[in-house]
Amino acid sequence: MDFALSEEQRMLQDSISGYLESGCPLTRVREVAEARDDRADDVWEELTNLGVHGVLIDEDYGGVGLGCLEAALIAEALGHAVAPVPYAASSIMAPTALAMAGSDEQKEAWLPRIAGGEAVVGVGVTEQIGRRETEGVTSADGKLNGKAMFVLDGASADVLMIASDDGALHLVDPNGPGVTRNKLKTIDRTRTVAEIGLDGASSDVLPGSDANREPLLTTIDVGRMILAADTLGAAQSMLDKSVDYAKERRQFNRVIGSFQAVKHMCAEMAAELEPCRSLVWYTAHAYAAIPEEGRLMACHAKAHLAEVGKFVARKSTEVHGGMGITDLLGLHYWFKRIGFNRQLLGAPELVREEAAQVQEWV
Amino acid sequence: MDLEYSPEYRAFRDEVRTFLDENKHRAPNAARMIPGRPNSPKEWQQLLIEHGYAARTIPKEYGGYGAEPDILKTRIIAEEFARARVPTGHSGDNRLVPTVLELGTEEQKQWLVPPSVRGEMTWCQGYSEPGSGSDLASLSTKAELDGDEWVINGQKIWTSGAQNADMMFCLVRTEPDAPKHNGISYLVFSMDTPGIEVRPLVSMMGDAFFNEVFFTDVRVPKDQIIGKRGEGWFVANTTLRYERGGLGDPNEAENRLNRIVDMMKRETVSGERLIDNPIYRDRLLKLQGQILAMKFNGMRVLSHNIKGEEPGMARWIVKLNGCELNHQMAGLAIDVLGELGLLYDGSDYLRDGGFWQARYMLDLGLIIGGGTAQIQKNMIGERALGLPKEPKVEAA
Repeated sequence: MDFALSEEQRMLQDSISGYLESGCPLTRVREVAEARDDRADDVWEELTNLGVHGVLIDEDYGGVGLGCLEAALIAEALGHAVAPVPYAASSIMAPTALAMAGSDEQKEAWLPRIAGGEAVVGVGVTEQIGRRETEGVTSADGKLNGKAMFVLDGASADVLMIASDDGALHLVDPNGPGVTRNKLKTIDRTRTVAEIGLDGASSDVLPGSDANREPLLTTIDVGRMILAADTLGAAQSMLDKSVDYAKERRQFNRVIGSFQAVKHMCAEMAAELEPCRSLVWYTAHAYAAIPEEGRLMACHAKAHLAEVGKFVARKSTEVHGGMGITDLLGLHYWFKRIGFNRQLLGAPELVREEAAQVQEWV
Repeated sequence: MDLEYSPEYRAFRDEVRTFLDENKHRAPNAARMIPGRPNSPKEWQQLLIEHGYAARTIPKEYGGYGAEPDILKTRIIAEEFARARVPTGHSGDNRLVPTVLELGTEEQKQWLVPPSVRGEMTWCQGYSEPGSGSDLASLSTKAELDGDEWVINGQKIWTSGAQNADMMFCLVRTEPDAPKHNGISYLVFSMDTPGIEVRPLVSMMGDAFFNEVFFTDVRVPKDQIIGKRGEGWFVANTTLRYERGGLGDPNEAENRLNRIVDMMKRETVSGERLIDNPIYRDRLLKLQGQILAMKFNGMRVLSHNIKGEEPGMARWIVKLNGCELNHQMAGLAIDVLGELGLLYDGSDYLRDGGFWQARYMLDLGLIIGGGTAQIQKNMIGERALGLPKEPKVEAA
């Protein structure tokens, strides 16, 4: 019994965090965001060298073959740095679906390229969680019709993985006939989402997902877990910045952190956030080790981190006073990253309702 | 991460389960119990000690079971008793006994620990005073040495169980000229000592759980001091550490949540099960997420403790969050019951023996007691996050 990270896991996270600290400072994030680039190419390349994109991919396909906990630790580091690179969909959800449901040909075609940083996959499953301004995607005779919204990491992805209404997952060429792509502008300029129009587009279905919703649901589970871990990192960063600021900023001849009003905001952030670390670890561990709990934990991690993230984002901004809402300080990049993670793949109310269904309460 | 228990611990868990299966019928009724009240009959306690499920690590010569400290086994016992909804035994008094074992003389250990462990010597804690609550170190109840005796004068308050306790461990000011933290001593004495008056302090729950205790020329033998003169604050912090550790158990919280789930599947309003109402259900699910997070946080703290590491922030937040979640759960249970949630005092139609109303009020008390939520936030801010203290205001 040891509820803790291994030495290797700590080293992995330290190496990613260590690189991002120097290689992806706020100035670099700002450059990417202001240019509205889809990603920071230099950061992407170095993360490729560190094995990030192949974390879940088998060594046979050029990956490093680690587990969900390692994937979550990387997500935490990326969230902490608000790193402007695809990850949740391209490096985690897509390889999970391919490994579970892909044909040998599909795996050989895409897994090595994902691991090698040569291909980005956009994943569109929004309609399977909560359908909004769209009719969804229908699949018939190898052709797809309809619209997929909020396709994650999708703006300049080399291939798309789209869920149809029957739960099947399809690989789609974004430049193929009958496919239109519209990059949507969100609050968060560090990740991308796209609207994909499908008008008789060719589908390359993942055979294991045909008439089997499990690959889709598992893909959503891991996506939720990764967004939760990303929020954990982003919120920890906001707490750290708040504490640093409260130790420096002086008013009434005192540092503001000596006022209980400010100190208690910091303490409340810490009290809310600290247990989230254990929830994320457990969720990531349970995915492989306690599979019967995996879906429930993914729901709770997603929903709870969304709530705590929102709380920390707001309180941290308040601790920074007027500076908190300026572009100059840049705290808003974390605020928006947390907001993005909250809405994607199911807002907390929807995800908690799924948790009720998983437990057969309703 | 390795959440599997090794064969030794799996076998131990089986052993505890077998014991509980065979002896559960002899246990006092847990569902009606309110924490802090005397609830462990002596026969049950004796049985638990014989099997090593109570007073487990207290040495045999002081009436315990005498096992080597093993945090995981202690946890397994707590988990299995909670699962079976059987009350655990005690280790005498979880504040006093560890303190005496750590800082007492051999005579004091022999005198105080064995009867406490048997449940024949019960304790109350004389710390808080009307003028010294969160600022405990400002306490003014004084003890002056007169020959071979301390003479105590002053008043304590919030003294849980003082009307039934055999003994008190008490903080008194013995060095009036020393700085406030260095002028305190830790005395132990019988509640039958002449000059002690206990007046019940009725709480909002309607019971006299707390008391005020008045001391008028109470004479206590000189050697009934734990630690040295003026070191009482250090001695008391040893006990405060044990008390805080005892609050906010996440396993207990999870059990309580499961009771609410059962209740929401059972209770109906206008023919609809409460769990089918999306608003009540969402409140329940929010709490479940928080409680799971605290449960896993508890596992993390446990793993640090097993390895002798300092858990850091994960430990500092336990009391604050645990007590708050318990209070919120009781609040949800009452709301789920609607008008039935008002019933009290053994009324007709009362659910769960009035447990939830009692908990709702008691848990608010626990948010305040043992270091208020605000004091907890100061400690998180100052000791864990390193924020500066408030500037000192000199006494007028």
